[in-house]
Amino acid sequence: MAAPFRIGTGAGFSADRLDPAVALAREGALDAMLIECLGERTLAFGHRDRRLDPQRGYNAWLERRMRALLPPCRENRTTIVTNMGAANPSAAADRTVAIARELGLHGLVVACVEGDEVTDLLDPDTPFMDEEGTLRDVGLPIVGANAYLGADALLPALEAGADVVIGGRIADPSLAVAPLARHFGWRPDDWDRLGAGTLVGHLLECGMQVTGGYFADPGMKDVPDLARCGFPIAEVGADGAAIITKLASAGGSVTPLTVKEQLLYEVHDPRRYLTPDVTADFSAVSVTAEGRDRVAVGRAGGARRPDGLKVTVGFEGGYLAEAGVSYAGANAVGRGRLAAAILEERMREVHGIQGPIRIDLVGVNSLFATAGTPGAETEDVRVQAALRSTRREDAETLLWEVEAILCCGPAGGGGFRGQITPSVVTRSCLIDRERVRPRLRLEVA
Amino acid sequence: MARRILRDVAHARAGDKGDTSNVAVWAYDPADYPLLLRLLTPERVKAAFPHLIRGAVERYEMPHLHGLNLVMRHALEGGVNASLNLDSHGKSFSFLILGLPIDEA
Repeated sequence: MAAPFRIGTGAGFSADRLDPAVALAREGALDAMLIECLGERTLAFGHRDRRLDPQRGYNAWLERRMRALLPPCRENRTTIVTNMGAANPSAAADRTVAIARELGLHGLVVACVEGDEVTDLLDPDTPFMDEEGTLRDVGLPIVGANAYLGADALLPALEAGADVVIGGRIADPSLAVAPLARHFGWRPDDWDRLGAGTLVGHLLECGMQVTGGYFADPGMKDVPDLARCGFPIAEVGADGAAIITKLASAGGSVTPLTVKEQLLYEVHDPRRYLTPDVTADFSAVSVTAEGRDRVAVGRAGGARRPDGLKVTVGFEGGYLAEAGVSYAGANAVGRGRLAAAILEERMREVHGIQGPIRIDLVGVNSLFATAGTPGAETEDVRVQAALRSTRREDAETLLWEVEAILCCGPAGGGGFRGQITPSVVTRSCLIDRERVRPRLRLEVA
Repeated sequence: MARRILRDVAHARAGDKGDTSNVAVWAYDPADYPLLLRLLTPERVKAAFPHLIRGAVERYEMPHLHGLNLVMRHALEGGVNASLNLDSHGKSFSFLILGLPIDEA
């Protein structure tokens, strides 16, 4: 039997840790490393950044990630496949080539995959993908729209011998499917194998969420050495079945429980997990312990890929204002409730602000307040207020009023903090895949 | 004896897509899987949180892995871009579901 293809994760979200990626690049004997750094909001913020500076709009940590990962990946002949290009793959690729030259990695082939940006192809009357209405109904300026590209957009780069493939809105699992399809020669209509590769990509794409991250519940689900948790490795066979594991030297754990939790993460119907590559079927997937931190997965299947590509459309969303003050000791809850009532009256009646305002009592009930769960008794409560508005002045008013509560509200309030952050709104629609034309640019360092 | 909740017999993970939250719930012991099926019907889940879950609840079963997937539409207060909940992704919803009592199930 041929040696398995070894693929590992170098990041599972935009702010993911770097040191475990470096350990994996050095010690993981990887054929490929996927670095997944893009969410719907991250991409919309990338478009905003690019508008302010044409050389920005890619992942903020690209520079540090590439400096740390290019040398060990070069040494170990590990291909990097990443969507760190976000809203500006071209600038990300240029920066990567410059870093490679600085580090003396001459001859490194960097591929830039573009064509995911479809802002100019969208009609305002395009309907939403999964809800009533059209893009026009949002009534806000579009900051950018990107179609999800699949493995077929990455394969020409791999076939051209790229050491680093940088794209923007590449579908997360496709970052794994492309190197697997290239290595094993899977046909573009071999739906079962593409489904199996998609399962591998799905399990790897969130990094530590399959090796013990987002999992621990002390006393029920303990994870060893979570502070040093390792990123996952998949050892994949020609049929797409795989072992999920990690470096023995890294913290965390890989068990059927960690794998099952990630199996359905952000999945709706397990029989129909849609990607640009395939309609993957995870409903009969097997999950079997094969030894310490080794879990075998198999029996994923697939059917024909969808004709439409999902498009994420980002809109300017105004501002999110958040501000809080704290109360502690006897009757902290009573004083917190009084502060909340005063804030509500000030914002609504004195300032006439109409839009949604939320005021939570953190420590009593906040995350589950809307769910109506009973609150807790506490002597340490934080009054946390939030609003969204297209008017910056409204956002500033919230911060002003919450700070004023210190001297103008109940006794013993302290610890004011407040922040205003730009907000984006995203919606999804579909585009005929024939209208989306991926473009490849190769550059040698 | 303390009141038993779902967390005593199952583990769960929450994910979000737009305004839809999904929570997959897995029995530690296969013998408890039928209890999950009885307790976590779409009707009972929606009825437990009527103000939170404003859309339909769908359920997908994974009997061979002793788990099921709850897909809750319009359950994220507009989604990560619109919600004023501090946890705008609904990451904490796994523990909302795991907090359901199982005494009467």
